[in-house]
Amino acid sequence: MKRPSTSRDTPGGLPSGGVTRRSFLKGLGASAVSAAALAAEGVAEELAKANAEKVQGPHPVPMSLRINGETHNLQLEPRVTLLEALRTHVGLTGPKESCDRASCGACTVLLNGVPLYACSMLAIEAQGAEITTIEGLNRNGELTPIQQALVDHDGLQCGYCSPGFVMTLTALLRRNPRPTEADVRAACAGNLCRCGAYPRIFAAALAATGQKTTSKLEVIHLKEHAVA
Amino acid sequence: MPWPSESKYLGKPTPRVEGPAKVSGRAKYTTDVAPAGVLYGAIFRSKWPAARIRAVNLEKVRTAPGIRAAVPAHEGEFSVHYYGEELAAVAGVSRQAVLDALPLIEVDATPLPFVVNELDAIKEDAPRVNPDRPNLGGGQVRETGNVDEAFAAAAATVEGTFNTQVEIHHPMEPHGNVVVFEGDEMTAWSSTQGVFGVRDQFARELGLPQNKVRVICEHMGGGFGSKFNAGAEGILCAKLAQAAKAPVKLVLTRFEQALAVGNRPSSFQKIRLAADRDGKLTAFALDSFGTAGFGSGSSSAGGSGGAGFPAPYIYVPPNRRVKQAGVAVNAGSARPMRAPGHPIASFGMEGILDDLAVKLGMDPLEIRLKNDPYDIRLREYAIGAEKFGWKQKYRKPGASAGPLKVGVGCAGAAWMSGGDGTQAELQVNPDGTVEVRCGTQDLGTGSRTVVAVVAAEMLGLEPKMISVRIGDTRLPPSGASGGSRTTASVAPAIYDACENTLAELKKISGIEDPRGPRWPEVCAKLGRNPLVVSGRWREGLSRGGAGGVQFAEVEVDTDTGFVKVRKMLVVQDCGTVVNRLTCESQVHGGVIMGIGFALYEQRVMDARTGVVLNPNLETYKLPGAADMPEIEVILLDMPERGVIGVGEPVTVRPAAAAGRVSPRPTSTCRPTGG
Repeated sequence: MKRPSTSRDTPGGLPSGGVTRRSFLKGLGASAVSAAALAAEGVAEELAKANAEKVQGPHPVPMSLRINGETHNLQLEPRVTLLEALRTHVGLTGPKESCDRASCGACTVLLNGVPLYACSMLAIEAQGAEITTIEGLNRNGELTPIQQALVDHDGLQCGYCSPGFVMTLTALLRRNPRPTEADVRAACAGNLCRCGAYPRIFAAALAATGQKTTSKLEVIHLKEHAVA
Repeated sequence: MPWPSESKYLGKPTPRVEGPAKVSGRAKYTTDVAPAGVLYGAIFRSKWPAARIRAVNLEKVRTAPGIRAAVPAHEGEFSVHYYGEELAAVAGVSRQAVLDALPLIEVDATPLPFVVNELDAIKEDAPRVNPDRPNLGGGQVRETGNVDEAFAAAAATVEGTFNTQVEIHHPMEPHGNVVVFEGDEMTAWSSTQGVFGVRDQFARELGLPQNKVRVICEHMGGGFGSKFNAGAEGILCAKLAQAAKAPVKLVLTRFEQALAVGNRPSSFQKIRLAADRDGKLTAFALDSFGTAGFGSGSSSAGGSGGAGFPAPYIYVPPNRRVKQAGVAVNAGSARPMRAPGHPIASFGMEGILDDLAVKLGMDPLEIRLKNDPYDIRLREYAIGAEKFGWKQKYRKPGASAGPLKVGVGCAGAAWMSGGDGTQAELQVNPDGTVEVRCGTQDLGTGSRTVVAVVAAEMLGLEPKMISVRIGDTRLPPSGASGGSRTTASVAPAIYDACENTLAELKKISGIEDPRGPRWPEVCAKLGRNPLVVSGRWREGLSRGGAGGVQFAEVEVDTDTGFVKVRKMLVVQDCGTVVNRLTCESQVHGGVIMGIGFALYEQRVMDARTGVVLNPNLETYKLPGAADMPEIEVILLDMPERGVIGVGEPVTVRPAAAAGRVSPRPTSTCRPTGG
């Protein structure tokens, strides 16, 4: 079998070396960039030519992933997503599959520190990058401040979305140690929570950085209230 | 002995006990369970919205590379009634092997005419979804008093049409099972709201004795009413495991979630409402229909997952006529969804009430105070109005100039809740630690923590001394988690078990009060054998009947149609608050799901092809971080009422409250059905 190209020539992998729309177009070569003007057949031909040397699979090929500081040598079909590789082949089930098409964020992992939907990247494309899953955050068994804040403020209900939110917020707090509530909301815009834990997630993120949020809770003993 | 009035844990904020496991990714959900050699299972579904299926040929798929089993959904000829209905299921060594093999399934089918939208389905010449009956069920009429006379004599009458759309549950963890057979015993990890109900269903459908089937649900990623049963997907998973003689995991995709595992029925409500000069309601008439999927077609009362709903909701005008019908369409069946019937009922009734207030020139709050029969809600309105600043914020419709309209609304709700039936068991170990066992399940509501809080309170122990075991049919039985009944069912059983345990320990040790500083000494007297004591739900510790009110402040840009909820204020009665923290989270969750129902969520069907057009989470809009208003929660603590569930009553009102904007009483942000 042909040895797979280690696909990531760029040191550090994504985002600089990943398949973005731009790098995909670049990969097609200059002639294909002007493909809009060509007939459909022409485009297919150019694509085939440009990719001829890189064709992998459909059978399993060896690949090597750096996950939570360890190297995992795997034998996977090139079409296996990073999420499936993590969950099914490496046994890291912290990242969750929920929508499998980059809408909900339950599968969020960090790729070189940047949050990314693991369901929408191929495992083979993640080679060369440092992948961090939620299992990699607290290897000494202690919760990180944001994890502890989520527990204390009940920033979770069913918890299925929690690993994704934790990864998103971890990345936020690393690049912005004192975010406003608007920053937190913006960072979380790519993560969905069906139980509706958002207000407590915001509160937790702010509390983890020593701030307060706006959501209020009050328990009134009826006899103490003038109206009663 | 009632709930203690002075408490250490009860009613205080206790972080959920499984929180650390959930935020660190250690919590194992059904989708995470992977027994050695587990196969990947998937369902092959109908691509026809309606068809007669003569044969499903699985020969080719069975011999495809990596495929270990294929089973049909039905034997012999059958009909399918919606796009996505189950035809067969396949298990293989990998997802890729299964996805490659599915197209090898051959189906001999005769496509039939179909109709997927309610307004098309009620037409005379519409294709019949069920050949034996018309799509629109007759609809029974229930009448109290003399409605026609009351309308004729009324000082003010309003009428309106209120449509609510089909909503989909979309829990973050999809429906799924992992099934393993060992000898004649079956174990299923199920993402379910009721382990015992699922066990019984597996036993029945597979012809197994109930004591040979074990169902486990350690953690589950939400259900909202859609996960009471094993479902076709669960039964097919078990059949695949039997056929393959290997463990099978079958978890639905997000796409399948939109087609085949339930939804909230739609409604088309024509409402007339009348009042006397003082705004006291005198007459109500409702003529409604909605769809609960292909099986719909007869009237059914609210609360069951049918298309019916309680009307005139929480109000009792003396003269009322209610006609409700169901209409069948070629779409997946409804299932109960958080407060079945109530958000629909609330939306229509509170909406028409606002219209009536406008007609009478009354404040919408005033008309509610005048007509709400429930004293606790009246108190809640008073508290809420003051906190919300209703008097300052309310403006008559049309009062604000310019395209940006800001309005406020308020509405009330009820839920029967209550509890029963749960049993529990306590094991006290000689080292003083305690294990509490109860076969309930935690959907994310915090029921595991409720167990810990009650046991800690009753035994005078720190929660860390207590291990809670739930979510397994090997534990003492508890009912399904639905109807906001879990806390009210479970808490009294734990209370009872604790009381029995203390009595037993007193007998063994001769110490009057085993709690507190003498606990270690008492437990040491157990010798080598732990003490196991059971308890069961009993009267007097929990109640039904929760009432609550909500206020909403909503902004509508009438140029762009953009709607933003600025603030929601909730005043909720939930009897004895067991855990303030998770109780508050339940309220948040209900409010947010209600906002989603009022403003964002809608299943869209394509009339031409019969498919669901938005079977994913980018085109089916769930409320997101950016949509969150400020939410203020006021819990009324009334320990004398006992424990009352809260998950559903809070889902009811925002649908009404957020959907109404006082400057525009026939608001554009009212969701429509098509």
